[in-house]
Amino acid sequence: MKMLDAQAVYVMWLRQIKRFLRSKGRLVTTIIQPLFFLLILGSGFRSIATGLGGDYLHFLAPGIITMAILFSSMFTGISVLWDKQFGFLQEVLVAPVSRISIIIGRTLGGATTALIQGFIILIIAIGLGVPISSIFGLFLTVIIMILIAFSAVGFGLVLASKMQDFQAFPLIMNLIIMPLLFLSSAFFPVSQNQTMQAIAYVNPMFYMVDGLRGALIGENNILPIYIDFIVVIAFCIFMMAIGSYFFSKSEA
Amino acid sequence: MTYISDIITTKDLTKKFDDLVAVDNISFSVKKGEVFGFLGPNGAGKTTTIKMLITILNPTGGTATISGFDIIKQRDKVRKNIGIVFQEPALDTELTGEENLEYHARMYGLNKEKRKNRIDEVLKLVDLEDKRKVIVKNYSGGMKRRLEIARGLMHYPTVLFLDEPTLGLDAQTRRAIWAYIKKMNDEEGTTIFLTTHYMDEAESLCKRVGIIDRGKILVMDTIANLKNSVGKDVITLSCTNISKLKEKLEKEKWISKIKQYDTTLTLGVEKGDEKIPQIIEIAQKQGIKIKSISVRKPTLDDVFISYTGRTIRDNEVQQNANLPPRFRGGH
Repeated sequence: MKMLDAQAVYVMWLRQIKRFLRSKGRLVTTIIQPLFFLLILGSGFRSIATGLGGDYLHFLAPGIITMAILFSSMFTGISVLWDKQFGFLQEVLVAPVSRISIIIGRTLGGATTALIQGFIILIIAIGLGVPISSIFGLFLTVIIMILIAFSAVGFGLVLASKMQDFQAFPLIMNLIIMPLLFLSSAFFPVSQNQTMQAIAYVNPMFYMVDGLRGALIGENNILPIYIDFIVVIAFCIFMMAIGSYFFSKSEA
Repeated sequence: MTYISDIITTKDLTKKFDDLVAVDNISFSVKKGEVFGFLGPNGAGKTTTIKMLITILNPTGGTATISGFDIIKQRDKVRKNIGIVFQEPALDTELTGEENLEYHARMYGLNKEKRKNRIDEVLKLVDLEDKRKVIVKNYSGGMKRRLEIARGLMHYPTVLFLDEPTLGLDAQTRRAIWAYIKKMNDEEGTTIFLTTHYMDEAESLCKRVGIIDRGKILVMDTIANLKNSVGKDVITLSCTNISKLKEKLEKEKWISKIKQYDTTLTLGVEKGDEKIPQIIEIAQKQGIKIKSISVRKPTLDDVFISYTGRTIRDNEVQQNANLPPRFRGGH
């Protein structure tokens, strides 16, 4: 068996993209929801969020981009469950291709669709007047966005391999993902409260949001970008490794 | 590679799940171009056997080869040589029929030109040419099955596995699917291994069947031979004092087989219609009253009964009654 089968990677990737583009509902909701957050939260809190070093909308934008990519990637990771329930996974698993090709194709497909959404939010944010710190900053922003996407696909793969159906999914969203997002400084700074700050340091999402904020806006970030960047890379590698491990062990 | 007339051979193939033996020392072979079927009730071990042969489940004992390749040591070569139609539908319902075939062909390494030609060929074989651009979720159950059969054939497999190919389809669609299966066996010479718990399906499609129950092959032969083994004709009767009549009839040389199930006696005989008066005469001499008597040609169910003492349907009723609803039906 070839370790990496280009056709298999391509098929798995193309399939995700086609499904994504065909599902108009998903396309709309995944863009509309973060847009609402950005517009309503942004304009609502703008006037009272005066303790910040700058405009609240500028503060909020990186948080919403992170959120959009996280949710979308996690969803594609978890959609393996769909394939399991609809039997398609069996068809993929008996093909004469390596599992790693399947994982890579799936991950690339999931990350691509998530990044499409992330970029749409980014463009809208820039349109709303969110400043860009520098060209290098923008470049770094894109890199961090990609890393966030891969990490979340990995997380989704772990969930999909361990879960039997979708019943546990809302539970995980509400009990794990939402609190972590709230404590990531996506919506408000965590630095004014020592407990919150301490929790933030063990929350991988904090480094994603803080890194993205430092790279894109260049203000209100707590840690230097390179520290955020290293943590985000390490977390991404870790999530991809365990995601692939669990997926390769899963049975159709 | 030398010419191999046996496409599938298994030797003492076994699968144990904890303390349950799902497949118990199965040995059989399937010849090139043959349509071979596993007939047995649900839970007999048919799907487990298929899963081992298609390399998604490792046996706990024994060996098997497909086209000469070992299912454990040469997994990839086996995979390239087989096509599979799973018991549960395994299509991507968000894609078109054509895309499903196209992606499958890419995974199996067909080049662009071959892909295009082969898609046309297999779609024609299952009469889905006009539906190729339709998203699969808009297909009917029968169309989905046909598309799966077409997909199974895409990469020119030497053997196609069909796990309960007509489960859950209506009578008319089932007959249509049978026609397609026969057609691809005729036109492409594909060897077919199928499992079923429908006797009519086995009779309509298979030349040879293995009757499987509780993980063991009870008997394996051509359908004609199996039926003849029960007797040319089968007489079923019910009466008063059944054991006494059985005792008397056992002494008669013209009865090749005699078995009692609950309140009926089943006899294997030749020229059944001529034997009915004789049986009635014997009964009357003993003062036994016959309540009902009938003669018919043997079915595969009679073969199954003669080996297990149960009918295939009995088995299902019993099994289904013991299972929660979501597990009922074919597995």
